[in-house]
Amino acid sequence: MSANTQAPITTQVHRVYIKATPEAIWNAITTSEWTRRYGYGGDVEYDLRPGGAYRALASEEMRAHGAPEVAVDGEVIEADPPRRLVQKWRMVMDPAMEAEGFTRLTYEIEATAGGATKLTIIHDLAGAPRLAAVVAGEFENEGAGGGWSWVLSDLKSLIETGTRLAG
Amino acid sequence: MVTYHRDMADDDHVFKALADPTRRFLLDRLFARDGRTLSELESELEMTRFGVMKHLRVLEDAGLVTTRRSGREKLHFLNPVPIRLIHDRWIDKYTERRISALTELKSELEEQA
Repeated sequence: MSANTQAPITTQVHRVYIKATPEAIWNAITTSEWTRRYGYGGDVEYDLRPGGAYRALASEEMRAHGAPEVAVDGEVIEADPPRRLVQKWRMVMDPAMEAEGFTRLTYEIEATAGGATKLTIIHDLAGAPRLAAVVAGEFENEGAGGGWSWVLSDLKSLIETGTRLAG
Repeated sequence: MVTYHRDMADDDHVFKALADPTRRFLLDRLFARDGRTLSELESELEMTRFGVMKHLRVLEDAGLVTTRRSGREKLHFLNPVPIRLIHDRWIDKYTERRISALTELKSELEEQA
C-alpha cells in the first residue's frame, strides 16, 4: 500500500453523454447566453485564442450573497472549436482558493457514433486541495454548489429538455 | 479508440454496475484515492487480474469509471456524473416530496396548536 512512492493523483475526470452536437456543447461552455442558464450561472468572457483572457462572472444571485463580480479567472491555452478547450482556471471568490493559484482545465468534446456527444472535463488540481474539494462537490451542503458533476448534470438537463434542474 | 456498443450511459447500466459488492468496493477505493492503476486496484482484492479487469470493464461501460493514459500507465478515475444524474433524476424527486410533506404537516400542526 505504502510502497507506492508516486505523488498522489490530483486530477479529476468528469464525463457526461449529451444528446446534442459538439457545436451546441461548445457554445454552452463558451457563451454567456448558455452559461447563465445552468450550473453556477453568470456570464463568461472568453478570448478564444492561446493567451486569451478568461473570466467567469458571478451571477446576480451569487452577488446578492456577497460574491465579488469575478468568480473565476484564467487564460486560454488551447482552443480548437468544437473539440477541445484547455485553459488556466482559478477561483477568485475566496482568498484561500485564489492563493492556491491557477489550475489546468481541459474540455474534450467528441461526437459518438449514435449522434450524441461525449463531454469530458479533466481538471488538474495540483497544489489546489481546497478548490479540488469544492469542484468535487464536497461543500454542496454549505451552499457552494455541487461542483463539476452537478454542473454537467444540469447542463445535460438544460440542453436535452430545455429546462434546468430545480435547485 | 474506444468503441461504444451503446451510446448513452443510461440508468440501467449504472444500476446493474452498482448491484455488485466488488464493483462498489472498487468505486469506494477510487473515491478514497483517484487515478489508480489496475495493479493497485488488484492488490486490494482477493481476485484474479482477469476478474478485476472484468469488473472495471462493467464500470467503464456504465460510465462510472474513465481511464486515461499517463506515460506507460493506464489510470482509472471515478466518474461521479452518472451517479449525480441518478441522484438528480430519482433521489431528489422523492426527498423533496418527503420534505414538503413534512413542511405541510408542520404547518398543519402549528395551525392546530
